[in-house]
This record gives sequence, structure tokens and C-alpha cells, in this order.
Amino acid sequence: MTRSFLRPLIGAGLALLLGTGAGMGVRPAAALSVETVTSPLGLTAYLAADQTLPIVSMTVMIPAGSTLDPAGKEGLATLMTRLLDEGAGDLDSQAFQQRLEDLAIDLSFDAGRDTLTVRLRTTTDTLDEAFGLLGLALTHPRFDADALERMRAATLASLRQQAGDPNALAQKAWFARVFPDHPYGHDDEGREETVRALTQDDVRAFAAAHLSRADLSIGVAGAIDASHLAPLLDRTFGPLPDTQAPVVPEATPRLDGSTTVVPFDVPQSTAFLGQPGLKRSDPDWNAAFVVNHILGGGGFSSRLMDEVREKRGLTYGVWSALYPYQKAGLWMAGIASQNARLPEALAVMKAEWARMASDGPTAQERADALTYLTGAWPLRFTSTESVAGMLASMRFYNLPADYIDTRNAALEALTLDDLRRVAKRLLDPARLTTVIVGKPDGTP
Amino acid sequence: MLRLRLSRRRPGSGPGARLRALSGATSGRWPAAVGLTLGLVAHPGPAPAQVFNPETFTLGNGLQVVVLPDHRAPVVHQMVWYKVGAADEPPGKTGLAHLLEHLMFKGTKSIPPGEFSRRIARNGGQDNAFTGDDYTAYYQSIARDRLELVMGMEADRMAHLRLSEDDFQTEREVVREERRQRTDTDPSALLGERLGQILWGTHPYHNPVIGWDDDLTRLTRADALDFYAHYYAPNNAVLIIAGDVDVARVRALAEKTFGAVAARPTPERRRPGTLPPAADVVVTMHHPQVHQPELSRLYVAPSRSADPQGFAPALAVLADLLGGGSTSRLYRALVVDQPLAVSVAAWYRTDALDFGTFTLGAVPHEGVETTALARALDDQIQRLLNEGVSDDEVARARHRLTAGLIYARDSLSEGARVLGSALSTGGSIDTVETWPDRIRAVTPDQVMAAARAVLGQRDHAVTGLLLPAVAALAPSPSASEPPASGDRP
Repeated sequence: MTRSFLRPLIGAGLALLLGTGAGMGVRPAAALSVETVTSPLGLTAYLAADQTLPIVSMTVMIPAGSTLDPAGKEGLATLMTRLLDEGAGDLDSQAFQQRLEDLAIDLSFDAGRDTLTVRLRTTTDTLDEAFGLLGLALTHPRFDADALERMRAATLASLRQQAGDPNALAQKAWFARVFPDHPYGHDDEGREETVRALTQDDVRAFAAAHLSRADLSIGVAGAIDASHLAPLLDRTFGPLPDTQAPVVPEATPRLDGSTTVVPFDVPQSTAFLGQPGLKRSDPDWNAAFVVNHILGGGGFSSRLMDEVREKRGLTYGVWSALYPYQKAGLWMAGIASQNARLPEALAVMKAEWARMASDGPTAQERADALTYLTGAWPLRFTSTESVAGMLASMRFYNLPADYIDTRNAALEALTLDDLRRVAKRLLDPARLTTVIVGKPDGTP
Repeated sequence: MLRLRLSRRRPGSGPGARLRALSGATSGRWPAAVGLTLGLVAHPGPAPAQVFNPETFTLGNGLQVVVLPDHRAPVVHQMVWYKVGAADEPPGKTGLAHLLEHLMFKGTKSIPPGEFSRRIARNGGQDNAFTGDDYTAYYQSIARDRLELVMGMEADRMAHLRLSEDDFQTEREVVREERRQRTDTDPSALLGERLGQILWGTHPYHNPVIGWDDDLTRLTRADALDFYAHYYAPNNAVLIIAGDVDVARVRALAEKTFGAVAARPTPERRRPGTLPPAADVVVTMHHPQVHQPELSRLYVAPSRSADPQGFAPALAVLADLLGGGSTSRLYRALVVDQPLAVSVAAWYRTDALDFGTFTLGAVPHEGVETTALARALDDQIQRLLNEGVSDDEVARARHRLTAGLIYARDSLSEGARVLGSALSTGGSIDTVETWPDRIRAVTPDQVMAAARAVLGQRDHAVTGLLLPAVAALAPSPSASEPPASGDRP
């Protein structure tokens, strides 16, 4: 039981730069210096070297997410990704896992919509073995038939679990409705019928086509220096082909302001809402980020929490967030409330949406948001894993190496007029498109 | 996507995953939902130690203070743990400890309603709180130069809570929504509540931390203030400060802030020592929201602080060798060798004042009856009890539980969570600091003695089968076929 609530996040690897209450953060320049490391083969990483603990963490984002699933093979990127630690080279699944355990190396692979995210953590005495195992997994995955069947069965079980989970149902239904003709419309895990049909050949073909070193976003933190890292990068990723990722079409979300109810016999309704947002590269990103913090991103200090939860007791959790996918920007929100009061809760949310669109934040809200966002910046950088994750995201979003030093000043430079202009430009309650899972009052 | 319930192979590499594995509190990931209803979600695992090397002192008013310096970033993490939780609630007032946790953010004579978290945020800090069976904890993360501010605010609300009737009523509705969100719309959580009732009988661990809804509707502002007055006192709390500080500064600030709060007598925590009569119970829940069955088995076990025979470290090793990742016994037997399950889990809850819990779980493979999976699980346990464990698998489990100890320090908050959990459940700093050495010393004989004591006692266990609604079973042609592998042992 906690006072907090979980916010749904969509897409692995996106959360880091998305401001999920904690804000986007890095510690001040004085404590963390980021250098750009370029390997002989031309692989580039951001590195924050820190010798305090004998630990190295690395995050790598590969543009091989579920948007690349061929039509009819939805779930392929996820299944391939789940097989990457199921055996490589001479090591079958059990041997590969045993090796990681013996060396106390943490290695995980997660597929999202835009990217496949790799996370590696090791102590310095097993550094070469850790990078070696990752390299082996990416360059010589076995994709054994028995492992494939295990991961297929696990994926099907996960799909069945989600079929009873109101939050998962609401998210899936929302994306399916809003992106009927784009890969963003399907869930990372695919659908039962597509997952059943995937073959070893499918998995091998996906890996061969999309596991490339052409466009890796690499962040490294901990006890390693540039001269040691550069050759390790080449040894690990050099054997991958240098093919460019295919172009994913721009998405045009169908955000028509409609409300869809998915009938579900539960005492509480879950709603997922969204309207057009913006991409991370948009010049108004920072302003929108601050506006969102004030609207619904800032936890207990946000307007939505104050109005819906604190004043009216209508929910345990209400939130809003920017989702800057590569091919579509979205401004999302969500809530769960007892069936009888969900309509009231949604009405309050929409009223706040409209109020922010028309008036923008107050001077006090701007000041409070900025002291929070800038002050909480260092809290994001208290582990090598979180630093590595941020650095990889900076590479992914084409942010400069000095972003950590300049980010707070960029936020502080935003005027109240900037925030009001961007709130007016973007926020539009008429386009808030809603999916409700439950039995909200007013529906049969 | 967040995948809440599928426990898949080795403990993930997410923050803290290894720590939980190291601690033996969990081995393998398990449904958040099941954990929640067992009161587990709110119980951060105890982690390993001799990495933390904390310093400690006690103020004149009885407040124990623990300091964990970490100078990598100019930030600090404060936690205040009260030695009171859901198991201390008066009869008929379930949910009171957790509701009070929410109400502690409503203000004091110097902090207006709604201002507590805002003031933290305006200073660049983050704050939250959680409640378990045996403790209630509050925390903030903030820049080091704001440490005095947050210490002052915690000290203030330790003694000066103000609570209006309106705020009480509104927050109670928030908690009821929390219950709907985390329990009433989640069949795993609903089943978990039933399992807890049966496992614990009359012991107060049988109530869900969030409380029964009927009780929640009857709680009053006076109940909350009464509970607060009884239990919230410096002599019934532990203060932990981690981060970019040293012990001298913490001591000075603690004297200045918490030192001003007067000690008060607090009730002794008296819990019934008896468990329900011996019975081997299977609870079957058919629920229309269920499309993927689940199996769970809970055993009463010693906790680290109530462990006269010294079984705790061996139980941690046992949980790991049974379900700690994809080379574990149960994963190999039930997922790899025969496809009866898609995931398995075993974990041991170490930190509890009265009893620990040893839990096994499995998600059946398509076409495998849950009862068949339960039989296969029993066969595996019987085999372990009959044939014993090998030196090698014990050595590997010990290694897995201790090899990544250094990772425990790669976090601002982990040490504070681990120590606070132990100190508020009858343990000491030593409990945490000597844990890795105790794990390293576990022998196969000790594992077997612990296994016989816990897994051999089916009359102090309960099995849960979560199944689709009965009506949903009939029409599907594939479901009416004989299960592909369900009859295999």
C-alpha cells in the first residue's frame, strides 16, 4: 500500500526523457561529466565515468522495435527480443543463463514500439565477459526451437493475463482505435493468432534485418574510461552489419474526441485519454514538458491530482504525460474511478484541460514547477543504471553531451508567456479521445 | 509495456532486482498483485549487507538514527519507519494503519492542509510513504542542503498532525478507490486476500493491509487520531538518512529537529502466537476476469527475527535453488524439461515480526490443468524432501545470493529500505550486516532441515488456484480436449 500510484508507460526506453513525475534529470555538471567516445569503427557513446564503485552499466537503444513487425506478424520484435538471452554461440539457454549467474552479470532485452533496449550491468572484474556475452547474444543468437516455444508460451500467457487487466485493455483499445493503419496500433506482444504463427525463420529474418550497428544509442556509466570503452564497443557491436534501419512511415493518429466504452464487469472504470502532442525534437518540447508537469505530470502538485483526488476523492491516481514517439507525438492522460463517479471524474479532467489551454499556468505554478524540476534533476542520477539510461536516451534524441549542464538553464529561461503559448497551441479538450474499460454510469 | 504478473525466468535487471534475489526475500519475480494482498508489495526486501556499514546512534527521546553515507551525488534520502502496521490495528478497524499513512500528508499546526508534498516539491524533492503488516514508512529524496527542511517536517508531523473531518472523509474515499484499483479489479489480488485469511487464521496477518471495504467505510477521524496518538512517537520509530552527509551533521540536525519531540509510552505489540488448526487447504477461485490460470502455495515460515532454530538463511538458499531464475530446480523441471508451466517463482519473506512466509507460484502452460501442475509441483517438493539437495546446487544458490553484493551500494535508497525493514520487524543492524555471511555458511544439511520444517508441513500451507469463470470453460473446443501434457507427473 503506498500513497503513490503507478503510471502506465508505453514503450521501453521512452520513460527516461518523458518526465514521469520525477522529471528528466541529471546531476549538476560539477558532479557528473559526460564525454563523447567514438570507437575506431565509428560507434559513438556518451560516457559518464565514475570510479567510486567497481561497477559499469550500459544502456543501448536499437531501432528495432515493434513498429518493424511485418503485417500479420505482430509480436515478432518482442518474441525475437525475448530470445536474445535464451542462448548464443556455443551456449544453449541454460548455459547462457548459468554464465550470467556465475558472473553476477545483469543483462536484459526489452522491445518497445520504437526501440529494442539493452541493459547491461557488471562489476569491473567481469567487464570483458559481460560485453562478450552481450556481443554473442546480438551477433550469434541461437533461436533454438525449444527456447522459441518457451517464449511463445510465455507471451501467450501474458496476453491472456492482459485480457483480464482493465489497464492493459484500455491501453490496447486506445492504440488500436487511434492508429488503425499504423504499426503503433498493435501491442508489442502482438495478438494470439499472430504469435502462434511466428516461426524460427521469422525470428532469424527479423534479427538479420534489424540488429545493426548503424544507429545504436549507447550510454555508459561507472568505472570505465574512454580508452578502455572504445575498443570494447567495437568488439561487442563491430560484427553486426552496418545496415540502415528501414523508414517507418509517419503516423497520423485519429484523435477525434470520441469516447469508446469497452464493457467490462468490474466495480471501477479505467480510462485512457489522449490528444496530439509533440515529438522530442519539437522546439516547444521543454515548454510542453513544464506545462504537463503542472497539469498532471507532477504527482501531488499537479492540477489533476489536486482537483480529482485531493479535493474530491474521486480516484487513487490520475496523471498526464507526453509520449514522444518517433513518428507521432501524443499527450496522454489516465484515471481509474468507481463506475458511478467516473463521468464526474472525466468532466473534472476535461475542465482542467480546457482551463490550462485557455489560461495557461499561473506565475506561481511556473515558479514551483521550475524549482521542482531543476532541483530534482540530480535525483535521477543516483545509480550507474539510471545514468546510463539517461545517456542512451540523450543519444537517441540527438541531445548534446552537455545537455546535463544546460538543461536546467533552458527550463528556467521559459517565460510564463512561453508556457501559455504552448498550452494554447497544443491542448485541445475537443480532441481528447477516450477509451473506458468498465461499467461507467450512463452506459448499459 | 509493464508486464505485471508474468514472472519470467531470472530476476530482471531492473533496479533492485538483484538485491531482492540477494536478500532471499524474493527469488524470481512474482505478480505484484499477489504480493500486494499478502502485504508483500509494501515490504521492501531485506538485502544483503556488509556493504552498507551504517553508523547509528540514539537520541535522548529514544529515536534510533542510522546514517548511510553515499557521496556520489549531492542528494540525500530520509526515511522514518514507525514500528506499527496493519497487524497492530484494533479488531474491526482494518485499513486504519494505511489510511493514517495517507492522512499524515494532511498537515500540522505549521503546515496547512495539502502543503506537505507541495513544500517538498517546491524544494526539488520527492516524497511518498508505504504501509505493511508491521511498519509504516515515510520518505523523501532531496538536495543535501534541504536535509534540515525535510527532517524538520518529519519531526513536526511526528507530534503535531492536524486533521479536518472533510480531509478525513475525502482521503477515505481515495483509499477505497485504491482498493478498487489494486484489489477489487484484480482477481489475483482477491484470491491473495482469501489465501491470507486461511493461512493466518486468527493472527492479524490475515487482514489485507489496505483493509476490508466494510471496515474502511466505518473508520472515523477519531480512530485515526487515536491510532496516531498511541503509536507515533520517537521511541517507536527509526530515522534513516542516506546520501551525501556525514554522521556529525545528521546528529546535529537530528538533535535540533526530532530531538524536540517528547518520548511517550507506546503499546507493546502483542500478537496472538497461535496459528489455525492443522489443515491442508486448497482454495479455488473461478473469476470471469481470469483468462490465464495461476497457481500459488503459501507456507508459514520463520522470519529472520522469530527464528529459534536459525532456519532463515537456509530458507533463502532454498527459495533461490527452487525458483531463483531459469537454472533453478522448478524452472528446469516444470518449464524447460516438461512444458507444464510458463513461469515459476519461489520466494521467502524474511522481514516480519511474528512469522515469515515461503511462497511458491506457477503459471500453467496452455492446456495444462492447474491441478496437474499442482501435482507436479508437489512431486518436485517430495523429491527434494526424499532425495535431498546437491552440494553443487546449494553452492550455486549461495553464490547467486551473494555474488552481486556490491550492486547494493549502487542506489541512494536501497540501504535505507533494507535496514528500515529489518529494524522495524524485530531485527537489528547486525541482522542485515551479517546476512551475507550467514548465507555463505549454509550447508546442504541445513537446507534440508529447513525444507522439512517448512515445505514438509503441508498442514500449515494453503494452495490457491485461480481459474476462469466456470461458464467460460465450456464452449471453447480447445478447452474441452484432453490437456496435452496435463497428466504428466
